[in-house]
Amino acid sequence: MFGFTRAQGIGFAVMLAVLVVAPFVAYPIFVMQVMCFALFAMGANLLTGYTGLLSLGQAAYFGMGGYIAGYALQTLHLTPEVGIALGGLVGAAIGVVFGWLSIRRQTIYFAMVTLALAQLVEFFAVQDTGFTGGENGIQGIPRGRLFGVFPVGHDLQFYWVVLAVFVIGFVFVHRVIHSPFGQVVKAIRENENRAISLGYRVEQYKWIVFILAAGLAGVAGAMKALVMGIATLTDVGNATSGIVVLMVLVGGIGTVYGPLIGAAIIIAMQYYLAGFSDWVTVIQGVIFIACVLAFRRGIIGELGAKLKLSL
Amino acid sequence: MMMILGKPAPLLFGQLLLGIINGSFYAMLSLGLAIIFGLLNVINFAHGALFMVGAFVTWGLLHYLGIGYWPALVVAPVMVGAFGLLIERTLIRFTYKLDILYGLLLTFGLALVLEGLFTNGFGSSGVSYNGPDILSGTLDLGFMYLPVYRAFVVVAAIVICFAVWFTIEKTSLGALLRAATENPALVQSFGVNVPRLISLTFAGGVALAGLAGVLAAPLYSVNPGMGTSLINTVFAVVVIGGMGSIGGAILTGFGLGIIQGFTEVFYPAASSVVVFAVMAVVLLARPAGLFGRVA
Repeated sequence: MFGFTRAQGIGFAVMLAVLVVAPFVAYPIFVMQVMCFALFAMGANLLTGYTGLLSLGQAAYFGMGGYIAGYALQTLHLTPEVGIALGGLVGAAIGVVFGWLSIRRQTIYFAMVTLALAQLVEFFAVQDTGFTGGENGIQGIPRGRLFGVFPVGHDLQFYWVVLAVFVIGFVFVHRVIHSPFGQVVKAIRENENRAISLGYRVEQYKWIVFILAAGLAGVAGAMKALVMGIATLTDVGNATSGIVVLMVLVGGIGTVYGPLIGAAIIIAMQYYLAGFSDWVTVIQGVIFIACVLAFRRGIIGELGAKLKLSL
Repeated sequence: MMMILGKPAPLLFGQLLLGIINGSFYAMLSLGLAIIFGLLNVINFAHGALFMVGAFVTWGLLHYLGIGYWPALVVAPVMVGAFGLLIERTLIRFTYKLDILYGLLLTFGLALVLEGLFTNGFGSSGVSYNGPDILSGTLDLGFMYLPVYRAFVVVAAIVICFAVWFTIEKTSLGALLRAATENPALVQSFGVNVPRLISLTFAGGVALAGLAGVLAAPLYSVNPGMGTSLINTVFAVVVIGGMGSIGGAILTGFGLGIIQGFTEVFYPAASSVVVFAVMAVVLLARPAGLFGRVA
């Protein structure tokens, strides 16, 4: 079903089982954060891993998704599912404009354009317009009631909402990758000129992937804001854009399960190394360098190569 | 008071000067990026961090060794360049045979390491550095007051940019560099040690960032984040100008600084975003950049 191979099906079952048991074993907030970042990284991986476009500005959509969700629940008193959906819509809407601009350039120029456009969003967020809250961000965001009925204030209640959104997102991304659309996108990654000569409108494919990645980032950002109860400048800043790239790189560029594993490792690292504050940046930089020099396929990529499976 | 376009002249010229100073740094940094990119095909994301290191080295020379500004103007770039040589030989050269994006990711990681280390060492608020006494004070030009150090930075930047342009476009060393950019295999077969040329080019480009750091030290607060905030704008400048020509990088850098300065006078709210707006327009009208070859 949904185009899972046998190995991917087993992987999916294991993942579901782990995520169902996880909140009773580990700190639920931690697992929810991993799922938010995994969704975020899966979008980034669609761009980087499957289309060959490295974006260094994904935090713009993630951060704005968070602000929108915060605003929707705190000021407009909407329900959490609406907040999350709005986060995705706004992320995708920004993606429509920024994607339209950035796909005009390739490789490193594309990376620089996305970075510069994200800087623009950060400038907006820093202004205390009453919407983003400037330096303070939006604090004390309530989670409301799911569909206006079910209470989700408790972490173990909200966990199932996050899990549901994550699984839907996961299956969606998996479906996109293994669809005819996904095949064309991979062809563009492998040989853009060939794809053009075969008659594909390469720009439109890139644009759609860009919008999908931005939408997923928006959903992830909105959900993270509801999990943590805050939306801050950190989520919209460059460091977050770097972290999501690192997650994809560590997990395995162009693999289905890589972003999840990468997110779990990087978030775990942030938790365990929280006491070392600034050293976290140094360690992240060292991991970047180590991955590029010695470990380009990432954890899932290496595993897949060993087992001769596509994971 | 003299008025120009409905604005007081001192305000207009003051902001124009600030714009030219910003433009000086855009030009010097995008110049280094363009030189490195031309030969190594690597976009150096650590360029901003190395600019910051240059400023800290300047401060450190005075603070620990008592070495003042004028010697630092030579010593600091040499030290940053030597450090560049070290990272090129130990790290960056392994990315040449890979997809172009890996060089970007590696230098991105390098920038994180440098910034993290300096934040640990000096805190995020950083340190302050006073320029030489002879350059302190202001000149009264009649229509505005001109701080001497700022005038010095602008003159120095113009001299540096011209020197680099002249070296690359008009000397035999520059001809060699340009030839190696076009066809490294052919240049190597003529007996030129191209890998060494590449290493020294990287060191040179990075030294330029270090030199910009020395010039910036008395002007801005010397802090670990100073490079990152500047380099993001410089990347927009690079997208606007394209990295195909040295002269283009210089012109675009100064031009955008001046545009930014004028925006500060007429519509201050937009001054920090005007460069990005220009970038968007250029992407729509001339996707390859103003001076760029199609890439």
